[in-house]
Amino acid sequence: MKRMPPVDAVIVGFGWTGAIMGMELAEAGLKVLALERGEYRDTSPDFSYPGIVDELAYGIRGMLFQPLARETVTIRHGVNETAVPYRQYGSFLFGNNVGGAGVHWNGQHYRPSPEDLEFASHVRQRYGAKFTPPDMQIQDYGVGYAELEPYLEKFEYLCGTSGRAGNLGGRIQEGGNPFEGPRARDYPNPPMADTYGAQLFADAARERGLHPFPQPSSNASRPYTNPLGVRLGPCNFCGFCERFGCYMYSKAAPQTTILPVLMRRPNFQLRTRSHVLKVNLDAGGRRATGVTYVDAQGEQVEQPAELVIVAAFQMHNVRLMLLSGIGKPYDPASGTGVIGRNYAYQMMSSIAAFYDPDTAINPFIGAGAGGTQIVDDFNSDHFDHGPHGFVGGAYLFGGQTGGRPIQQLAVPPGTPAWGAAWKRAAKQSYLHTTFVGTHGSVMAYRDRYLDLDPTYRDAFGQPLLRITFDWHDNEYRMTRFVTDRAQEVVDAMKPRQSSQTVRQPGDHYDIRQYQTTHTTGGVIMGSDPSTSALNRYLQSWDVPNVFVTGASAFPQNLGYNPTGLIGGLTYWAARAIRETYLKHPGPLVQA
Amino acid sequence: MPSEPPASRARREFLRRSLVAAPALGLFGGAAALGGAHAAAPATAYAPRYFTTAEWAFVQAAVDRLIPADAEGPGALELGVAEFLDRQMDDAYGRGELWYMQGPFHPEAAPTLGYQLRFTPRELYRAGIKAVDDWCGRQHGKPFAELAPDQRDEVLRQLEGGAIELDGVPAKAFFAQLLTNTKEGYFADPMYGGNKGMGSWKMIGFPGARADFMDWSEQPGKPYPLGPVSIKGARA
Ligand SMILES: Cc1cc2nc3c(=O)[nH]c(=O)nc-3n(C[C@H](O)[C@H](O)[C@H](O)COP(=O)(O)OP(=O)(O)OC[C@H]3O[C@@H](n4cnc5c(N)ncnc54)[C@H](O)[C@@H]3O)c2cc1C
Ligand code: SF4
Repeated sequence: MKRMPPVDAVIVGFGWTGAIMGMELAEAGLKVLALERGEYRDTSPDFSYPGIVDELAYGIRGMLFQPLARETVTIRHGVNETAVPYRQYGSFLFGNNVGGAGVHWNGQHYRPSPEDLEFASHVRQRYGAKFTPPDMQIQDYGVGYAELEPYLEKFEYLCGTSGRAGNLGGRIQEGGNPFEGPRARDYPNPPMADTYGAQLFADAARERGLHPFPQPSSNASRPYTNPLGVRLGPCNFCGFCERFGCYMYSKAAPQTTILPVLMRRPNFQLRTRSHVLKVNLDAGGRRATGVTYVDAQGEQVEQPAELVIVAAFQMHNVRLMLLSGIGKPYDPASGTGVIGRNYAYQMMSSIAAFYDPDTAINPFIGAGAGGTQIVDDFNSDHFDHGPHGFVGGAYLFGGQTGGRPIQQLAVPPGTPAWGAAWKRAAKQSYLHTTFVGTHGSVMAYRDRYLDLDPTYRDAFGQPLLRITFDWHDNEYRMTRFVTDRAQEVVDAMKPRQSSQTVRQPGDHYDIRQYQTTHTTGGVIMGSDPSTSALNRYLQSWDVPNVFVTGASAFPQNLGYNPTGLIGGLTYWAARAIRETYLKHPGPLVQA
Repeated sequence: MPSEPPASRARREFLRRSLVAAPALGLFGGAAALGGAHAAAPATAYAPRYFTTAEWAFVQAAVDRLIPADAEGPGALELGVAEFLDRQMDDAYGRGELWYMQGPFHPEAAPTLGYQLRFTPRELYRAGIKAVDDWCGRQHGKPFAELAPDQRDEVLRQLEGGAIELDGVPAKAFFAQLLTNTKEGYFADPMYGGNKGMGSWKMIGFPGARADFMDWSEQPGKPYPLGPVSIKGARA
């Protein structure tokens, strides 16, 4: 096997967290190499106008996504079933190429609520140990909000996030999210303007005594130069945001925030078309010696490194840990082991609000995140869950991200799926429909986990990752409760008609419908090596020169989108590596 | 990066050029589509590359009923959706290269676990069309394309509901594929062969590839006055 000259740090995957780590470790003076399986991609020429505003190519066929023909996952609902492959995109979408999913995300940029990070302790203390079912495996992150705050902020300032603070140093701010944890500073940019749908939603929510605020968006509301000196331009509500690259240099992505600086660092190198097969360990299995990858010519290459950062996205992180034999695989029968433990997802619902022709919603005026209004009154532990019998919650959102007709056109309930009646309804609804939705948490359970599939393989002959997942009662109850609250707001918006999509008790997880790409867990962080794979600095308990970044670290899923927290945790881990680990390589926390 | 992102300069240049070079369009718009239950004439004499003669007749006859022409706006046939389908079949998508196609296959798996057939899209069309034509031959003595419009609607409804047992192909899966691709062709950019003259975009009010609403974000609730542009710069 070909052997490359050693480097100080190798990064597996060059998406959001790989780019952050690359910059941080290069700044620390290390010789850094990033290995990315995909191609180099940049705003120009790859996302330039008009080629990028092609709904069929990008939104539907998924030209920027991981080619499933080469690698996918398998799925089953329960531990005794045979899993089948995820053959076509539906429920979630994997990134590929430089920038990863950071290229084609929406930019909905959230922080966790303080109690989310100490969730198990908080729930036990407020509601008692018997409040949650015995098979629910909620845990604390091992890091608290106050210590993480500067790193959450650092990521927002990198991205030029546009929003309005609701809590500055403990003082509640009019027009922001009053339920959020305290911020040291306001957002780097003011919020984007509201779309009309968002205005209708916010007015109705306010009327009902709720606390609407503009969605924090990593779509820039004005020209902005970030702390690395990279410049973003104002977002123009192009309506081709999630699933697309941004042609306006407005959406925060590795390309628009980090790469122009990082790619010029002499001690940083990127090798594309390099698919990592596994992390290599020494004979004792307690030290990583580097990684093995397949290069563009299809040859296996050994890359020695002192430090390995696994940054390949949540699912791929779990798979690489299993393929490399780092950490004990989780076993649902005994509830022991850590790799694959606590896989969770997101519970969504949505309500379409249909108006008469005199209400011009103009759905095509939309941004991935900006221009939407949010209500956070029913998320995290912002209300007393005692009477409701569930934990967790959701934020409500009102507005739209675009009006792309193949994917985003809705017709009133009862409309046939085709024929003259469908066409008439499509014509009548398109300009006059807006959406309200809920974006909810999912807890972790003993029987929901990830492991290697015994049957199906990828293009390199390696086993696929297998998902064992279905909904539990807590989530059905949560979604019913928050969707009822959302429906009250929709009714106050006075549409002609509305239609609800909500998962009812007994509905199985349906992998055909896009829900979110907020898959979490499998390599979780915590303070006990018997129930977590990583310590509070994202460092493997078992192999201390391996760090794993991404939502794979979440012990259960929040009601928020993950990337604000993912970015914050990555900076937090990078700081620990730079200030402590590099001086004394070894475990940062004693097991 | 200069103070004005290159993207917005490129975009302005694009719109300027497209103004000068606006090709003749709108020939196949709504006006041509009046005529109730009658099938509208196909937009162009396109010669299919994948579909056989019999399949081509089926595809035209089917999309014409899935999205028929009437006074509300253009139908799928006149917008070139049959051509779109044929071109998709000849593409990586049609060949199944975007899907994970390794066995073993478990078509009996719960529908919520997603598509589990061994057919690529083009194989599903080939097998599905033959099976429907065979069924129509047994029931009506002629292939699908030769049935009257209301008979075709009835067959499509039965396929949709899984009320027809087809040879070797699940009726519902074939129908779902056909309907999904028909709507794609109806609404996708015209460069893929469907949505000729941006007929569907004009009908619903989608401005297509404009993708710049900087001024409009400040004017909520006001009707948007501009018609669509296509990726290649046509206006309608
Ligand atoms: C359509 C969409 C919308 C989203 N919207 C939002 C949102 O609004 N808000 C939010 O918070 N989050 C959102 N997300 C999620 C967000 O994109 C991810 O949380 C984020 O990108 C995760 O960063 P990461 O570094 O973990 O993974 P990625 O950014 O996906 O990077 C992983 C990289 O690793 C590479 N890789 C994988 N395996 C290998 C291997 N074996 N060898 C070499 N390279 C490999 C991949 O090609 C990829 O480039 C969205 C995601 C999608 C798909
Ligand atoms: S909506 Fe804004 S941020 Fe998103 S792709 Fe368009 S211009 Fe970029």
